[in-house]
Amino acid sequence: MATETTEAAGSAPGMPQLDFSTFPNQIFWLVVTLVVIYMVLSRVALPRIASVLAERQGTITNDIAAAEELKEKAAEAEAAYDKALADARAEAGRIGAETKAEVQAEIDAAIRKADAEIAARTAESEAKIAEIRDGATAAIQDVAKDTAEAVVAAMGVDVDKAAIAAAVDARVKG
Amino acid sequence: MAEEAKGGGLEFHPMDQFIIKPLFGDVGDSVGMFTVTNATFWMALAILAIAALMILGTRGRAVVPTRTQSVAELAYGFVYKMVEDVAGKDGLKYFPYIMTLFLFILFSNFLGLIPMSFTTTSHIAVTAILAMAVFLAVTILGFVKNGASFLGLFWVSSAPLALRPILALIELISYFVRPVSHSIRLAGNMMAGHAVLKVFAGFAQVAAVAPIAIFGVVAIYGLEVLVSAIQAYVFTILTCVYLKDALHPSH
Repeated sequence: MATETTEAAGSAPGMPQLDFSTFPNQIFWLVVTLVVIYMVLSRVALPRIASVLAERQGTITNDIAAAEELKEKAAEAEAAYDKALADARAEAGRIGAETKAEVQAEIDAAIRKADAEIAARTAESEAKIAEIRDGATAAIQDVAKDTAEAVVAAMGVDVDKAAIAAAVDARVKG
Repeated sequence: MAEEAKGGGLEFHPMDQFIIKPLFGDVGDSVGMFTVTNATFWMALAILAIAALMILGTRGRAVVPTRTQSVAELAYGFVYKMVEDVAGKDGLKYFPYIMTLFLFILFSNFLGLIPMSFTTTSHIAVTAILAMAVFLAVTILGFVKNGASFLGLFWVSSAPLALRPILALIELISYFVRPVSHSIRLAGNMMAGHAVLKVFAGFAQVAAVAPIAIFGVVAIYGLEVLVSAIQAYVFTILTCVYLKDALHPSH
């Protein structure tokens, strides 16, 4: 294109980049710009961002440590709860066994007492029965002696009480 | 202009956007060293944009950042980590300057993408100064920190003895080519992208190819957004690499 190389006012003569007359201007303003940006960054922006990042890192570290601590606490609480539960269970079992043993002992005692009472009553009754039986035997002997005397007297024979008693005794024992 | 009519009414002035002209006064006025030009204006805008992001954006100093603050922190962390990873811990002393370079180039590139704007980083004068500053700083720093042993950078001790002089020559040449490639890479990328955009826009004057031309403008614009960020990144990371050479010259 011929027009591109035409030196018209406002149009570029070839590459404007190689127009050395503008170099001092660009270099001057570039240096100014770089110095300004460097000042802005190194005085204000970069320290601020660095502090923000450090602060965030610190916050995160602290939070993680706190979370770790809380987690440990929770684990401890759970262990304590489990232990309490196990203790309570053991206690309940122990109390149950104890109560059972006590009740058993009471029952045993009551049975023994009842047995003893029964035995005592039985012995008493047996004694009474034996007494009654002895009484009855004696009464029978008396009645037999009296009857024998009466019979002997009715037959008109002299009554020898002693002989009759001996005879009756011998018969009763017989 | 008689010639312009020959191109069927087509007028291409893809390089006009790069002309430096005084901000006040006529186009034809000469540009002195301290004249306020369009370059001055767009550099000032870059300063304002950087200040807005890095100072206004972080004024809350919030532990839980706002949107702008997290962008500022992202930029900070990005460059900080780059300097630390590439140049090492002792390179962090020079982090503010590298941050300055990165933000200036990034914002200049992106401000240049605004239609009708002026791209300061498309000028070789600007990028050459940026690159020469890095080159001189790194070279001086290398000699100050390491003394004559900084020259060990050019003497590849791991190579066979016979090869070393040749390698030293190559290393020396590559070392001095650094500022050239460093500056031309950035200016060339910015200039070429903007010129291509302008050419496509010029084609949009012809109704027949206008849809394609407009699509081309959109596509190239997208590419330029990418290039703007990538060139800022490349310039910064190369600065870090050169800095590493100065601080730890052994291969």
